[in-house]
Amino acid sequence: MTMDLFVNAIIAGILLGGFYVAVTVGISIAFGILDIANIAHPAFIILGSYIAYIVNSRFGVDPVLVAVLMLPVFYGLGALVYEVYYHAFERRGQDALAGLSFFFGLLFITEVALILVFGVDYRYVEASYIGPTIRFGFVDLPLRMLIPCVISLLLIVGLQLYLSRTFIGRAIMAVSQDQQALRLLAADPVRIKRVAFAISIATTALAGAFLIIIQPVEPSVGREYIGRVFAICVLGGLGSLPGTVIGAMLLGIVESLTATFYGPSWAPAVAFGFLLLTLAFRPAGILGR
Amino acid sequence: MTAPLLEIQGLGKRFGGFVALDNINLSVAPQERVGLIGPNGSGKSTLVNCICGTLRNETGTVRFEGKAMDGLLAHERTRLGMARSFQLPRPFKTLTVAENLRVPLLYTVDARSGSKLSQRELDERCMELLALVGLADKAWQYPGDLTQVEMRKLELARAMAAEPKLLIADESMAGLSHSEVDDILALLVRLNERGITIIMIEHIMRAVMTFSQRVIVLVSGKKIADGLPEDVIRDPEVVGAYLGQ
Amino acid sequence: MRQSTFILGAVVLAIALFFAPRVLENDYIFFAGYVVLQYIVLATAWNILGGYCGYVNFGSAAFFALGAYTAVAIHKFSPMPMPLLIVAGGIISGLVGLGMGYLTLRLRGVFFAIASLAMAVVMQTLVINWDYVGGSRGAYIIRPQQVEIFSYQLPYIQYLFAWMLFLAVASLVIARTIERSKLGYGFATIRDDEQAAEACGVPTLRLKLIATTMSGALMGMAGAPFPYYIGYLEPASAFSLTYAVNSIAMPMIGGTTSWVGPLIGAVLLGTVQQVATVTISSAVNLLLVGILLVVFVIIAPNGIMGAVQAWQRKRRKA
Repeated sequence: MTMDLFVNAIIAGILLGGFYVAVTVGISIAFGILDIANIAHPAFIILGSYIAYIVNSRFGVDPVLVAVLMLPVFYGLGALVYEVYYHAFERRGQDALAGLSFFFGLLFITEVALILVFGVDYRYVEASYIGPTIRFGFVDLPLRMLIPCVISLLLIVGLQLYLSRTFIGRAIMAVSQDQQALRLLAADPVRIKRVAFAISIATTALAGAFLIIIQPVEPSVGREYIGRVFAICVLGGLGSLPGTVIGAMLLGIVESLTATFYGPSWAPAVAFGFLLLTLAFRPAGILGR
Repeated sequence: MTAPLLEIQGLGKRFGGFVALDNINLSVAPQERVGLIGPNGSGKSTLVNCICGTLRNETGTVRFEGKAMDGLLAHERTRLGMARSFQLPRPFKTLTVAENLRVPLLYTVDARSGSKLSQRELDERCMELLALVGLADKAWQYPGDLTQVEMRKLELARAMAAEPKLLIADESMAGLSHSEVDDILALLVRLNERGITIIMIEHIMRAVMTFSQRVIVLVSGKKIADGLPEDVIRDPEVVGAYLGQ
Repeated sequence: MRQSTFILGAVVLAIALFFAPRVLENDYIFFAGYVVLQYIVLATAWNILGGYCGYVNFGSAAFFALGAYTAVAIHKFSPMPMPLLIVAGGIISGLVGLGMGYLTLRLRGVFFAIASLAMAVVMQTLVINWDYVGGSRGAYIIRPQQVEIFSYQLPYIQYLFAWMLFLAVASLVIARTIERSKLGYGFATIRDDEQAAEACGVPTLRLKLIATTMSGALMGMAGAPFPYYIGYLEPASAFSLTYAVNSIAMPMIGGTTSWVGPLIGAVLLGTVQQVATVTISSAVNLLLVGILLVVFVIIAPNGIMGAVQAWQRKRRKA
């Protein structure tokens, strides 16, 4: 009996971890590779959730399809935010702290604006796969968890291929290390960073849709994810996409076990506690030296 | 020979798999002027960081006035009488030039003597040091308004404010003009005449050759030569390293 | 200005501030003024760590809430006089600040900021799961109608206002004293360049612990009277992001390098928010704070004080 519970908690954790991959991959790019501490990342995710909610409730369009259609819009939004960030902070050589306050402000503005428009009620979407659960013996695989998990893993494999195989992808990986070398290759570092940041925001459209498929959403839910995304990102070693998958799975499993055996109200403390301890004792991440 | 002021035995430092310093042994006598040279990436700055406690060396010991420095933090070593200037000047940019000098006076000189300098004594010391390096008229400006050479002078003055026994000047002349180099050189000689031991890390050979009584050469984390300047530059191994063979 | 003159001036001004609304016989001013004063304490406390040392703390709300919950916990046990609650709140939040300092000693910049946010969520989760102080349901505190001081009956809100006024003056005096002391120079070197600071003999790790402890303690003190002010305390309101944002935005807008900045920021932003809450809505005024923060860090990264100083310097040169 406890064994069943344990195995199910682990499986649920892996599915949750898969979803965390989509939530974190953007931060792995923005923070891990570009060194931009975009703590407003979760706010964009929530924005993605609300857009999925609006289109879904008005026109009954599938939330994942909405997210895919929104990718270019979020890409543009990301490019715009980077443009502001670049001109206001990066180019002036302003310390990262002012930039941090800028993103903190963005996070707050998004949250308050959503509260103004939609209030603090929980919103949810409807889709055929939200109810059903596949069962293998005593193992439960809820579709609403399985689908985000599978698409997230596809997404990260695709991004990893993009970053390692294409010219722009490799330029993105190089941009944090050697801007001079990039210039020699006739690649403009600012343009490369803009592309990378835009991609990182584009992923939040998908992550947002997944979030609202998995659970009802209200504007301040995003805050819980600040700790999660940075915990995973640091845990996995900054800027490593495979590391992100490992970090996400680990956190998913630990949270799921905590929720199963101690109660869901303890789950957020686990993520943040994990982050605190990682930062204090292994800032280079589990894969780091 | 008198007891050495600084003695380094078997010092080693790695970064991951990369060996930055490998079994370094050297000693510096009181009031000596030593030049430390080596190609880029040879481990000079890492050595300085290990001596001053900014980095922890994995093996070996640093002894200062016969006392092992193991486990002492950077600021504790400063209080014992080590001072350094940084390769790229690192002034406290939100403090005025005079205030920059106040910091070591408040945190090192006071801590060492156990007494507190009065406001007037502080001001006098600051002005005296600034006069010594020729920055007296810039006392109330911010470091951002200084020129390159003035910034280097501030860097040295701040190191001097801590009243050190040993001063490690890390590339204090890089990027300066011929006459500016002479300026800084004269300053270092004056400090040495006041009884301060100086280790100069430099790429400008002219400066090293005129200043140093002894030259130590580092190449890829190893010490390959240690002797009189004119002997060292004729050493085939040193010549080879510099010509890149 | 001499320190003693400054303290005297501040106390006289504080007494005047206390008696002016009494003459007007308007209790609302006390309610609104309390919040503004509370923000002066929070902004000044944040600035000791954030402005002087350059460590951005996103967890102000947690320190504030811990002070408030310390008061609630003590109150549930047995009601105690306000000064005792304030001291207790200060001690608890100060200790948590010290603990956070230890955990994050080696972290710089961004990592410290993220860790402080993480710490806030951990604290909130602990409080939500702590039934003694009401857990997620919250706790009611019934405050007395009035307090007797020297056989004079003082309305309770005025009593709270007086304490917060005292805390505001105290924190400003502390901040100003730090600025002009050895400690202030030490903090500034941490903000500018930690390695260079160590090379000058500054014990950076110890100073950082002093700053996290002091900053935390002041925030906790500001939180201690809060349950009595609000009457009903729940985790969501005590740990509200509003406190975190305001305690960053106020110094950022006022200017972070001197004690005047947080004061200006808190009075300005605090008053605007009080007025906006009454005249428009509380959500809109929060939106305003967020927008002001973003606009200021983009246009005037050194705040109002920084802009004024830059203008003076330019004029002197011309």
